[in-house]
Amino acid sequence: METETIEILDNDGINRALTRIAHEILEKNKGSEDLVLIGIRTGGAYLATELHKKLTQIEGQDIPLGMIDVTMYRDDLASRNNLAVGQTDISFPVSNKKIILVDDVLFTGRTIRAAMDAVMDLGRPQNMQLAILVDRGHRELPIRPDFIGRNLPTARNEQIEVDFDEKNIPQAVFLLRS
Amino acid sequence: MSFNPKHILGIKDLSADEINFILDTADSFKEINTRDIKKVPTLRGKTIVNLFFEASTRTRTSFEIAGKRLSADTVNISASSSSVVKGETLEDTAQNIEAMHPDIIVMRHSASGSCDYLAERLNCSVINAGDGTHEHPSQALLDAFTIRQHKGAIEGLTVTIAGDITHSRVVRSNIYCLKKLGAKVRIAGPRTMVPPGIEKLGCEVYYNLKEAVTDADCVMMLRIQRERQGATLIPSVREYARYFGLNEEKLKLAKKDAIVMHPGPINRGVELASAVADGSQNVILDQVENGVAVRMALLYLVAGGEKLQQD
Repeated sequence: METETIEILDNDGINRALTRIAHEILEKNKGSEDLVLIGIRTGGAYLATELHKKLTQIEGQDIPLGMIDVTMYRDDLASRNNLAVGQTDISFPVSNKKIILVDDVLFTGRTIRAAMDAVMDLGRPQNMQLAILVDRGHRELPIRPDFIGRNLPTARNEQIEVDFDEKNIPQAVFLLRS
Repeated sequence: MSFNPKHILGIKDLSADEINFILDTADSFKEINTRDIKKVPTLRGKTIVNLFFEASTRTRTSFEIAGKRLSADTVNISASSSSVVKGETLEDTAQNIEAMHPDIIVMRHSASGSCDYLAERLNCSVINAGDGTHEHPSQALLDAFTIRQHKGAIEGLTVTIAGDITHSRVVRSNIYCLKKLGAKVRIAGPRTMVPPGIEKLGCEVYYNLKEAVTDADCVMMLRIQRERQGATLIPSVREYARYFGLNEEKLKLAKKDAIVMHPGPINRGVELASAVADGSQNVILDQVENGVAVRMALLYLVAGGEKLQQD
């Protein structure tokens, strides 16, 4: 069957969405005090890096940036082939911090559940918030994003693809329909 | 790539890509060992039996800690406190353990090939923690991990392994592993301790330690196995220490930044002079530390995937 590819966001669209999310994060948290960004590998880590640039630019001071790999915390390890385990790189304490989790696509919510558990194993944050580029619906867990780039109701068999270039800069978001 | 081994029985069967995949996985698990809370839920609900028919401190503890840090339930059985002393055969012992549904059996045994033998007869996964004079895959992998950590890459390095080559499973696994990863391997020992034909594995053979360590990037010293045949193969321990023990003077012949390794336990003053064992070039405790991460990777890779449900 032929796959139909629809562009949802282009490079500028992603950029504008991230800029807005950066402002919303600062507005909701009344500045950047105690804020830390944690990107979920792999797509979320790249987006967190972009969001980090914007936040640093707006606030004029550095906000800690970390990356987390949730493979070890997945709930489906026993039922699928081995996944490569990526590196978790969080070089700052998370206790009493306001954690902004960043991921590219929010779908069932299971990855976010795993990420929350992974962060909690590192300490006790003040709170955790979730920033997402595309929310495609179909949640299987009571998880809700705080910051959303684009709300996009989808059918289950459709796919969302976020393209990154060789420098890991997000280029476009596509909806694949087959 | 994805790598879903059912068992880890030896390095001989692994490809360079698979070895690198294990080392990369270990790299990701290493970080857990430095956390305040050293536990992830990855292998929750899995049962691992450490079945050790030979004395072991390092390997058994390392596998046990690795399993616990991944949230598996680990059970230790050592031969001296088990029904083996009552005359039970290996197969019967293993089948009885399997009847309790473990997911992984980690076994050390004095008979070469015993892990392969069990793997053919049991449904659960088997990890070889040292079988006779055959293989000790997790040791070779943690050695490779440690070399990679200190030297960046293994390809092109010269690695000298010295000691009782004939009776060392560590050597055999290390030759396979290092050769696959592109290192040049030199073997050194007294003639009574070097088996004829070992050069067919692709290594150079030396009967003189000074020549063997000259310009080496890495010197791996082996223990004289006094509890095995080791003691009868040499005239005296003193003589061995003089000719085949690594001291500061001999180490100077190696590259300036060469690292000194030892799988432990060390016989101080025999194969390794205390000054070298405690010297700045030794990475022996790094090997032990990395052992936990490498064994976490092995347990994860063996336990994961659909193959367990197919049985």
